[in-house]
Amino acid sequence: MGKRVAITGVGMTHQRSARPDVNGRELINEAVRMALGDAGMTRSDIDAVVIGNMDHFEGINYVDTWSVDGSGGLMKPIMKLTTGGTTGTTVAMGAYYHVASGLFDRVLAIGWEKNSESDTTGAIITAFDPFWDRPIFAGAVAGLAMEATAYMHATDATEEDAAYVAVRERKHALNNPYAHLHINMTIADVMGSPYLSWPVKMGDMCPRTDGACALVFASEDVVDDFPQRPVWIQGVADRHLWAYTSDPYLDFKTGEAWFPAMQKSSQDVYRRVGITDPLEQFDVAELYLPYSFAGLRYMESLGFCEKGGAPELTRAGAFDMGGKCPVNPSGGVMSSNAIGATGLIRVAECAWQIQGRAGERQVPDVKLALATGFGGCFWSDVLVLGKDKPEKARG
Amino acid sequence: MSEEKKDLITLESGEMAQPFRWTAGAYGSKFLTELRDNKKFVGVKCPKCGKVYVPPRRVCGPCYVELTELVPVSGEGEVVTYTVVSFGFVDPATGTQKPVPYGYAAIMLDGSDTVLLHFIDETDPEKITIGARVKAVFEEERTGSLLDIKHFELIRG
Repeated sequence: MGKRVAITGVGMTHQRSARPDVNGRELINEAVRMALGDAGMTRSDIDAVVIGNMDHFEGINYVDTWSVDGSGGLMKPIMKLTTGGTTGTTVAMGAYYHVASGLFDRVLAIGWEKNSESDTTGAIITAFDPFWDRPIFAGAVAGLAMEATAYMHATDATEEDAAYVAVRERKHALNNPYAHLHINMTIADVMGSPYLSWPVKMGDMCPRTDGACALVFASEDVVDDFPQRPVWIQGVADRHLWAYTSDPYLDFKTGEAWFPAMQKSSQDVYRRVGITDPLEQFDVAELYLPYSFAGLRYMESLGFCEKGGAPELTRAGAFDMGGKCPVNPSGGVMSSNAIGATGLIRVAECAWQIQGRAGERQVPDVKLALATGFGGCFWSDVLVLGKDKPEKARG
Repeated sequence: MSEEKKDLITLESGEMAQPFRWTAGAYGSKFLTELRDNKKFVGVKCPKCGKVYVPPRRVCGPCYVELTELVPVSGEGEVVTYTVVSFGFVDPATGTQKPVPYGYAAIMLDGSDTVLLHFIDETDPEKITIGARVKAVFEEERTGSLLDIKHFELIRG
């Protein structure tokens, strides 16, 4: 039986378009110092470090070793995890598994990226197969645009429905001092922004960002040593089923499932945690929504409503601040996207919400929160966090 | 702040080159040589579920069985989804920017159960539909690459 695990320290940098004043290890150090301070720890209290980014964005490998000055990992066990867009949530899951195993009591999870250092689309293309993907792949924007086209064809959703999501996320970001974009946009602004890849417009997409995030994961055996209220991991999962960048569009043709990797990973976690009605049971969600249409389709894949039901529920305000389950009070990925940090920030924001420390973006009385990561050719990490200690550790 | 920023040094990677030599494997090579030499498409059929993969793969993931039966598939098919790319980006393989806008689609060839991503010869999204019929158009000079297909042409009217 695994140990039960809590988040006991949170740190993050302000997310910015570029941080030429720091290199990678210095950026990492800003988030780590804040997390250690929050946890009332010093560097020597860390048992192990789990760190991640995507090497091809900076063109520099082996962050696990060269970050030791900044990460606090000097002469400690360090493991690097890189899984694409999900890197930050995978780092959180890796730290969770470390502590749940019983081998480590206090593990530092770090996610970071300096997306200002390269062209994001070009770098993303190099992640994929040189024969079958790269010659014709046009990165995340075009890949997501094809999802949006198929989604609108399969449902009654419109570009305006997606624009509502983009506006909501930007509005939420105004309450978050850590967010990269602080812009008050209207649906007309989004609709009037130029097409990047039809039907996806500039206003629908995430920015590229420099930033870092660090979290302390602690075992139930030592959790009382920390000053902050522990935030308990209730369950985690990830699922993969596609081999090539073209594969994810198959489910639009076969109609068998609706973003099956996200659907399956969330269903598996929900079953273990006892979630039968996500919309009723979650008090807040911090989701990796890289573009506006994700805020529609992924709500359906995550079981918040039936297939095609998200536009109506969204426009009724269910996911706004004050709604049934506010989504991305932080402003989400459409307001800040330092890719290797982004998933971990989703987890960090859930932790702050549960602790009641989310400032202007606080949702009242949060007991249960959902965090997701989204990656590559449509896979997903899903984490459920809560105020109460779970009955037992769950995978 | 701007005074400070002036003093921050950056380094441009410039004209970097780091060549790789990848292998397509026997099945991938078969697919590419058929394209190059005969302007034909070849897939592989799963003996268990009957699904035809294009390009051919060695293993059917869901059935987890080895695939051995290579089958011909059509150069015509239908659009499963599409977009029109209008943002320019530098292709890391060539260091150049493909002119925008261009049509881009997931295409299911007749006889295939998977989709292929490729360009289509239409840049007005209003003129493309899901389910539209398309046909492969080949380059004159072919090298054994997915780009031996110039694009897919919408079968109009």
